[in-house]
Order: sequence, then C-alpha cells, then structure tokens
Amino acid sequence: MVRPPPAWGSFGNLDKARIGPMTSIEERGAAAPPDGRAGISSKRRGAADERITRTGWLTRLFRRPEAGAASGLLATVVIFALLPGADALYSLQGSMTFLTLAAELGIIATAAALLIIGGEFDLSVGSMIGFAGIVIGLTVNHLNFPLWAGIGSAFAVAIMVGYFNGLIVVKTRLPSFIVTLASLFILRGLAIGITRAVTGRTQIPYILNDVPDNWTAKLFNGEILTGLFQWMGNQGWIETRSDGLPFVAGIPMSIVWWVVVTLFAANLLTSTRFGNWIYAVGGDAEVARNVGVPVARVKIMLFIGTACAATLLATIQVMEAGSADTLRGLLKEFEAIIAAVIGGVLLTGGYGTIYGVTFGALIFGLVQMGIFFTGIDTDWFKVFLGVVILVAVLVNNYIRAKALGESAGK
Amino acid sequence: MSAPTIELRNVTKRFGSVIALQSVNIEVNPGEVHCLLGDNGAGKSTLIKILSGVHRPTDGEIFVEGRGVRFRSPRDAQDLGIATVYQDLGMIPMMSIARNFFLGREPRRRRLLWQRLDLDMANTVARRAMADVGIDIRDPTQAVGTLSGGERQTVAIARAIHFGAKVIILDEPTSALGVHQAAMVLKFVVEARLRGLSVIFISHNINHAYPVGDVFTFLDRGQPRGTFRKKDISRDEVIEIMSGGEDLRAVEAEIERMLAQARSSEAAH
Ligand SMILES: Nc1ncnc2c1ncn2[C@@H]1O[C@H](COP(=O)(O)OP(=O)(O)O)[C@@H](O)[C@H]1O
Ligand SMILES: [Mg+2]
Repeated sequence: MVRPPPAWGSFGNLDKARIGPMTSIEERGAAAPPDGRAGISSKRRGAADERITRTGWLTRLFRRPEAGAASGLLATVVIFALLPGADALYSLQGSMTFLTLAAELGIIATAAALLIIGGEFDLSVGSMIGFAGIVIGLTVNHLNFPLWAGIGSAFAVAIMVGYFNGLIVVKTRLPSFIVTLASLFILRGLAIGITRAVTGRTQIPYILNDVPDNWTAKLFNGEILTGLFQWMGNQGWIETRSDGLPFVAGIPMSIVWWVVVTLFAANLLTSTRFGNWIYAVGGDAEVARNVGVPVARVKIMLFIGTACAATLLATIQVMEAGSADTLRGLLKEFEAIIAAVIGGVLLTGGYGTIYGVTFGALIFGLVQMGIFFTGIDTDWFKVFLGVVILVAVLVNNYIRAKALGESAGK
Repeated sequence: MSAPTIELRNVTKRFGSVIALQSVNIEVNPGEVHCLLGDNGAGKSTLIKILSGVHRPTDGEIFVEGRGVRFRSPRDAQDLGIATVYQDLGMIPMMSIARNFFLGREPRRRRLLWQRLDLDMANTVARRAMADVGIDIRDPTQAVGTLSGGERQTVAIARAIHFGAKVIILDEPTSALGVHQAAMVLKFVVEARLRGLSVIFISHNINHAYPVGDVFTFLDRGQPRGTFRKKDISRDEVIEIMSGGEDLRAVEAEIERMLAQARSSEAAH
C-alpha cells in the first residue's frame, strides 16, 4: 500500500495541530493512525485522503456556538464587579432588574434566533409588540372582551401576521429583510392609525380596571416563589422593607416565561425533527428541499414563532403597565437580532444554539443595568453595543471556521 | 427478463424555447452502471433532474420497475427508491454527518408528550451504515463541512444504499476531486452496482466513466446520439464520440498547421 513519505506525514500532523490546537497529545497519539489521519477512513486499500483529527473535549467546548457568548458573559460579569456600583448591580434587587431586562429581550431573541438559524429575519418584531398590545387594549376596553379573550385575539392576530410574513417570503423568494421591513411600517402604522381612530389618542390606559379576571393577569405579571422570598426575608437573608415584606417579592413571571420559552426552543432545536429541519433550511434550503424537508412550512412556522414571542412580551408588558402604547417595542427587533448574534448565531443561517442566545440576552441586560449603576452616561451603551456586535460577528465567523475545521471553502 | 429499474420513453424537456432534451430513451437494469456522456449544456443535468423529480418532462413517460410514474416532487422520486447524489447540493456543511445522513427521514422515539429525535440511534446507525460500505467514521457528530469532497460523496452514496435506493444517480461526482478521492468514489459506485443497484453516472472524465460503466449514452445539445454496451464500444471510440470526432481532428489539424507555420518562420530568421 502506498504510504506518504515520512516528511509528508509529519507535515500533515503539523497541519492538524493547527486545526485542533486543543487536542491532547495522548489522544492524538492513541486514536489516530500512524500517519495522523482519522475521521473517515476506508477499511480497504487506498485509504485516500482523510484529514480530520480527533478532537479533545476542550476543543469541542470551544467549538460550541455558545463558547464566545459564555466567555463574553463571564468577562462582562467580572468587569462590572470591578467598576463602581457593583454592589447595587449585584444586589438581589439589581440582579432581578437586569434579569428581567434580559428576560424580556430573551423571549423575543430566542424566537428571532430560531428564525435566523432557519435563514430568515423578522424586522417586524418591535412593531408586533406595539400592535399586539393595542389588540389587547382595544378588545378589552372597547369590545368588552374578557382579558383571556383579548390576549387570545392578540395571539390569533400574531399567528396571521407571522403566517403572511412567512408566506410572502417563501412565495416571492424576496429577502425577508425587505418583506418584514414593510411589515414593520404597516404594523406600526396600523397600531397608531387604528388606536387614534378609535380612541383619539395613541395610548390605551386602564386596561386592567374593571377586569375581574385577575388570574389571567397574574399569569403574566405576578411573581412565583413569593412564600420562599418572604421566608428568606423573615430569616433576615434578604433585605426587607419596614413592613417586613421583602424588597424582592419573588421571581417575576417574565423570567419564568423566558425560562419556559428557552427550554422549549432549545429542546425543539436540538431534539426534534423540526429542529433538524430548522438547521437544514437555514444551512441550505435547496438541499433541504431535495431530501424532502417541507422548507416553506418550516419557515412560515418560524415567522409565526417570532410574532407570537412578540405578542407574549406585549402581553407581559401590558399586564405590568395596565396600559398599551402604540410606540411599544420600538427597535426591539434589532435588540433581538443583536442578542442572537452575541449568542453565536450565524447571521447567514444554519448555525447557532438557544443557550448561546440566553447568554447574549444576559450580557445585554447586564450591560444595560451595569452602565446605569456605574453612573457612566447611558449614551455610551450604544457605543458599547456597536463594538460588541462587531466583535461578536468576528468571533462567530472564527468559531464557525473552527467548527468546519478551517476548510469551509474547500 | 424483468423490467428495467428505471426507464425513460421519448422524454422531451423544453425551457421556453430551449430544447434541453429531445425524445430521449434510456433504460437502466439492476446491477448496471449507465453512463451519461456529453459536453456542457448537453442536457445531462436536466435528464437527471427529471429522473429525480426536480423537473417534470414536457413530454414523454417515466417507468419505475415497469410502472408508469409521475413525480410531483423530489420526495416522490425518493419514495420510489431513486436517490440523487448532487455534486455540491447533497449535504449541509454545518450539520453533523449523522444529521445529514438522516435529514428528511429522522428517526424518532416517543418521549412523554412529543416525538424526540433519536440522535443516539442516528449516530450509531450512520456509523454502521458507513461501515457497511467500507467507510469507517469515528465521529458521526462531526460537521460534514470538515469532510473533503470525496468523503461527502461517499456519505451520500452510503446514505442512498442504506435507505434502500434502487437507483443511485450521480451528477459529475468526481469532477472536482483529486485522483485518490475520485478513486474512492468510484469504488462505491462499483460497490452499489455489486449490490444490484442501478447507477446512473455522469462524468466528463472518460477515465472515470469507462472503467465503471456498463452502458454509455451520448447526448449532444439535447439530442440522443446513441447508446452502447461496453462490449460494443472501445475506450477510444468513446473518446472519439465525446470529443466530437471530426471537430477534434479539425482542431488537431489547425494546431499542426500553426505549429508548422511557427517553425518555418523561425527557420527563416
Ligand atoms: N432551469 C432551467 N431553465 C432554463 N434553461 C435551462 C434550465 N436548466 C437547464 N437549462 C438549459 O438546458 C440546457 C442543458 O443544460 P444541462 O442539463 O445543465 O446540461 P449539462 O448538465 O449536460 O451540462 C442548457 O442549454 C441550459 O442552459
Ligand atoms: Mg451539468
């Protein structure tokens, strides 16, 4: 059998060492054939040209799409711990505040990430937040719907909006960027136009007054584990007010919803057939179609997902404020995309994980609150955001090249 | 003798005014490698896209094991055991070998409320199916993008064999590959043939096509230019037809003339 000359073989090894710098020596020595080749090999003669090295667990860890975001979060936590205001930021109250910010963003960013992994964008998320709030406000205040029916109507509208966004994208094959940019304006315009026509204003206040349906509101605006927090307060473990109630009464429902959405999406993406299809349609829609993946259906479902996530957030906000504002959710679509990108989701589709997005949303919330607590002018938040996006995209590209063994273009 | 695995009768395909294929007849029997040969634009890819359900013929009929069929989508063709290995379009680079292997046919297991993807089984089966055709993969969770072109083709072929394909269609599987890689792919073509599958093989490279082919069909700008069994045609004759015979001789004569001219003008100096 023809073996490459020794010099060639060792060169091959050098090459591989560069591709997988974290691979342990023992592992490479033990597992790889003498010429350093592994991965795929023919059992028969002429084991052609195989060049995949076995990878150590550390390499694998670093190749995970979340790797960048996790290190980013760690760095952010450390940096703010060293800055003034750290005590307030990392107090229970401060933590709960930035976690709530992260949760609200995380809910829409998770859905946006699924869509981006599926190869599309939804720029109408922010407008959908405003529009959904208006639907709840108008149905409850002006059509006298019970609260649950008002919220149900908002979700019904969201499903329609998502469906049409998706349908137009898959039928026309126009970039979703453009299609949903149109939706962004249409939904915002409709929200303002309808509200003004009906109420003469651009806000709908007092939605929760005269609503007997307290339980539905609590589902989106209450806290859980209040007993536990009260008990911790009684033990003196957490700060309490003069009346004995803890400052932080429990875990806000927005965080609970975030956890639910995250677990659902992560499971969907990694452990279901639909999740496999999401990666496939984002990785290469043509290939996916050729092997029988219902590409159009998958994409439409993902657009429905982003619209529903926006509606969930709108519901949480309306229940919290007791009012709806036509301008709610402004620019949220970009924040969602940013969180996804920071989380290691590739803008070109086909790659990313939900837990990465969780880190992305945490970084976002932490920095937003952190800058506030350090007393730095919050204008700097935008500068920071811009820099982080750039860094995140570069890191993503690098990690992707790593995942493909730096041979993507081959 | 039993019916051919797949047969085209008088298939014509027009794209607007372009006649991509004109009354093509082809039949492929079990355990036979049928090579489609022809220059760029001859209609080879169009032909296999019709066979794999991507395009519908403008005219003519398709028979699978003697029964007339009409494909509405690539999925229809697949369900009848027709697997197509596309040169670049077969795999999703950022997904793992096992996920690619099972894409569109994911194994699932009921778990509480929903059907979960059975990734353990996907990994095990993908590895075993590859081993069956003589390829040893150590890590089925590795991204397909880390594989070389030839390795990807073999994954695609192994996948087709595993899922019980009766016909494997390969569109220029070796054209972008180096010598070793191409040899590996050709080995799996032979492997598939020995298992009694029908193979439709498109190649520009006579050195790849002739050794593995049993039957050769020539296409020229959409027109069929004859079908020959291997015993009826030599390698040189195949080359002759592929290169357009007279055309090539004319080109040779022209080059000869130019060189002679150059030599004589050199001599004059
Ligand atoms: N989808 C299409 N639309 C219009 N014309 C096409 C299409 N596909 C192929 N053709 C035309 O059909 C002819 C045959 O192309 P093709 O089958 O790709 O040839 P080959 O694969 O033999 O190089 C070419 O003239 C090509 O331009
Ligand atoms: Mg072609």
